[in-house]
Amino acid sequence: MSREEMDTLARERLVGIARGWYDQMQDGIVPYIRLPTRTKQNIEYDDESEVWKYGEKESTRSAATEKSAVHLLKMAYVIGFLKRQLIENRSSTLRELYYISEGWKRAKFAAQDESNLLIEDLEIIADVQREAFHLRPEEDGASIFGPLRIRETTRRGVREMHCQEDVGEAGYPIPNNVDNIDFVDHDAKFVVAIETGGMYARLMENGFDEEYGAILVHLKGQPARSTRRVLRRLNESLNLPVVVFTDGDPWSYRIYASVAYGSIKSAHMSELLATPQAQFIGVQPSDISDYNLPADHLTEQDINALKAELTDPRFATDYWRNQINLQLEMKLKSEQQAFASRGLDFVTKEYLPTRLSEMGVI
Amino acid sequence: MVLAEDLARQQRSISVAEFFEKNKHLLGFDSPTRGIITTIKEAVDNALDACEEAEVLPDIFVGVRRVDAEVYRITVEDNGPGIVPENVPLVFGKLLYGSRFHQIRQSRGQQGIGISAAVLYAQLTTGTPALVTSRTGAKASAHRFELMIRTETNEPEIVSHEEIDWDRMHGTRLEIQFKSTLAAKKRLLDYLRLTAIVNPHARVTADIDGEVTTFERVSSEVPPCPKPVLPHPHGIEFGALRRLAAASTGTVDEFLIGSFSRVGKKTADEMIALAGLKPSRKVKNLDADELKRLLDAMQSVKVPAPPAQQCLSPIGEDLICRGLEKEIQLDFVRARTRPSAVYGGHSFIIEAAIGYGGKIPPEGNAQLFRFANRVPLLYQQGACAITNCVAQVNWRNYGLSQQGLPTGPALVMVHVASTNVPFTSESKDAVASIPEIEREIVLVLQELGRELKTYLSRRERKKLQDDRARAICSIIPEIAAKVSEIVELPLVDTSPIEGKIMRKVVAKKRTSDGKVCIDVNNYTAGEVTLVLYSLSRDAGEDAEPRPDFVDEIDGEYNKVWRCTLAPGAAWRVVYTGAGDGSLDLRGVEDGRKVVVDLDV
Repeated sequence: MSREEMDTLARERLVGIARGWYDQMQDGIVPYIRLPTRTKQNIEYDDESEVWKYGEKESTRSAATEKSAVHLLKMAYVIGFLKRQLIENRSSTLRELYYISEGWKRAKFAAQDESNLLIEDLEIIADVQREAFHLRPEEDGASIFGPLRIRETTRRGVREMHCQEDVGEAGYPIPNNVDNIDFVDHDAKFVVAIETGGMYARLMENGFDEEYGAILVHLKGQPARSTRRVLRRLNESLNLPVVVFTDGDPWSYRIYASVAYGSIKSAHMSELLATPQAQFIGVQPSDISDYNLPADHLTEQDINALKAELTDPRFATDYWRNQINLQLEMKLKSEQQAFASRGLDFVTKEYLPTRLSEMGVI
Repeated sequence: MVLAEDLARQQRSISVAEFFEKNKHLLGFDSPTRGIITTIKEAVDNALDACEEAEVLPDIFVGVRRVDAEVYRITVEDNGPGIVPENVPLVFGKLLYGSRFHQIRQSRGQQGIGISAAVLYAQLTTGTPALVTSRTGAKASAHRFELMIRTETNEPEIVSHEEIDWDRMHGTRLEIQFKSTLAAKKRLLDYLRLTAIVNPHARVTADIDGEVTTFERVSSEVPPCPKPVLPHPHGIEFGALRRLAAASTGTVDEFLIGSFSRVGKKTADEMIALAGLKPSRKVKNLDADELKRLLDAMQSVKVPAPPAQQCLSPIGEDLICRGLEKEIQLDFVRARTRPSAVYGGHSFIIEAAIGYGGKIPPEGNAQLFRFANRVPLLYQQGACAITNCVAQVNWRNYGLSQQGLPTGPALVMVHVASTNVPFTSESKDAVASIPEIEREIVLVLQELGRELKTYLSRRERKKLQDDRARAICSIIPEIAAKVSEIVELPLVDTSPIEGKIMRKVVAKKRTSDGKVCIDVNNYTAGEVTLVLYSLSRDAGEDAEPRPDFVDEIDGEYNKVWRCTLAPGAAWRVVYTGAGDGSLDLRGVEDGRKVVVDLDV
């Protein structure tokens, strides 16, 4: 879809929401919106797309109480603002939107979380992504390093670069709107998505990318949408296997889950964001004992998070149940950089190659 | 032997004055800060008691003025009956001299210690005498005394005495100086405020170092002065019985009937029979053993409760509410006076009140006001039976949160009125834990709690209704305006929603560009005739339609319109103004009307 077509679609969808309310009011109905319930209890596995999406549960928000009415009023103001932004071909950040609302009197946002959530609601109702509204998040995506040539359409023209030869130590930074990049060619066999900057730099320094033909993607913690979209595209259009390498604690498993299955908060876009084929490489709880890694004790919150994962439908597989129960038994967690205790080369010479061949990637 | 003789030379009696000089804390003079409050409290208590006995409306002046770095002059003046000149030195210059100690009735002061203790304290800290002026009536002249207390003998020492002219017809004025600080100024004002609450017939003016505060009276009726009653046979102890018996000239049965309340011929006979005595014996001839048997018999025979109506003077539900509302702005207040009850032969009545909302601080513990015989209790809250009872009630049942004491914007007031309030110590700070009294307190608080709950749930319902009315009448029109702009269509009319949802008479006020617009829509199925009141600073001279009636009070205009609306009909008035003030709709019952002020 061309940019103009996308803009028109987004505008029509937005105005359509307003039109719905207009008609409701004309019929003497208190205006309302319907949204899927955005909780762990309401996500379902979709066999066809192989990702987790929102289920059947819906909640209705009608303007019959002051709080809900104000919510709808805010939504109306946001729609009005986005409509004009699309017509004028401008764009803004989520943070700017929050500040713009200063002038909206009663429709002003109390905090940025509120405006972010409202934009996600609008994505769901309009069934387009926020990029189509010309909204971008504050922080940029993460970075890529590896045997991959890309072409990016920037505001100042088209740039083409190789993600090993044409970039610095930090790699190629992923832009907010990944629709603007094309993959030109590559010499890679698989993709490693890495949680921490330390490990990303370790693999780069050790030449892991060159030796094994790996594209390294730095996730920077819980990955931004653009990072997840790049991973999905690398997997889908280049047909490259994706493995996820994180710390060995409950919070890191959630990073893997959001890459592979989609996050609960943005389950309405799992089809675009999730990479169902992504595999978890480590650190696995079993690695902690197998490699005798230096470890910390689980905290109260860690234990609660692990227990919550046992009831999360995304982790309802034998593999995860075994690993999580094992970890609850050991009461230990390890960081990916704990491999350094066995020498700086251990992770690239021993651990990763062994795991990759176990998983059938190399 | 020698040692015993040495000791004997040192052994001598101690006067009460000497004893209290050493044990100031027992009377509430433990620190200079507290001394100031205790002195004023004792003087005000005496003034109120005296006015009550003379049946005059108390007008009390309290002055605190700094005269030196650490020295303050305290003045308390009342319009009571005054004290005859012969007694002035004794009242102020002798500890344990008083008129109420031997009486069984509700009163603030009892033992005659408090005010002379203050005189003693002044003498200790500054060495200055107390200055007392008193006048008993128009025909008498005023007498002024300078008094001190001889601590060794507990006798007054008159430093000077003169007759003077005084502009007061009757009353007493006390001035004393002692070392103190004004650190407890807030607590002093609190004490005066609380005193004003439980003495709604009194006017108290305080001048604290030039800062004048007046606590106005809300009632001009002097409460009936409690009458002394005879001791109740269940409330007497051996010593008192022996004293009474020694002073009696009659026979045992005459003695029982004549000296005790609620004892008639039948009860007396029963007691005498149980004690195994002859009714015809003279009481004063009974020996200690016989008296002991008589006492046991008196306490085991069933006797009706003492006559509480005469000897107790509760404040009353209405006056408690008015007293509280005068000093603290409240959204809700209810008071209860329980029927009288008895513990150990002493009558008592529990009164309590609960206030909610208004200007009470919304955070932290609820405010707890404790009173005994119309005197506020300021210290030792934690040691008091009242506090324990308040903490014992499950306030969560009544819609308040609780951490020991209830929390939130609430106040709890408890008044214990009794012929003998059981205090934990002579400083009269806390009520002792007596099961009969605790039971009554818990009961009255539960009763009030239920009323509070009714109020809170009604308020919650009203809030929901208001919330809905605001959403529908105020925010939906804004949504409509924005949405119509987005879809580029004419402004959608939201009155059908209003009508369908509300099915009521809806009055809306909205001000824009200096024009106040009031709309009234009848969404009910029937015709209504209503009266609309708009009270604001806007004169509404250009109002269209003209008000049927305008009333001006202090720059506020009450504009009144009367109109009759058929089902579905609408009415509107527009006038120039700022749109502040309030809107009210009458003639339609509460459940069928909604008034929304969109300017708030």
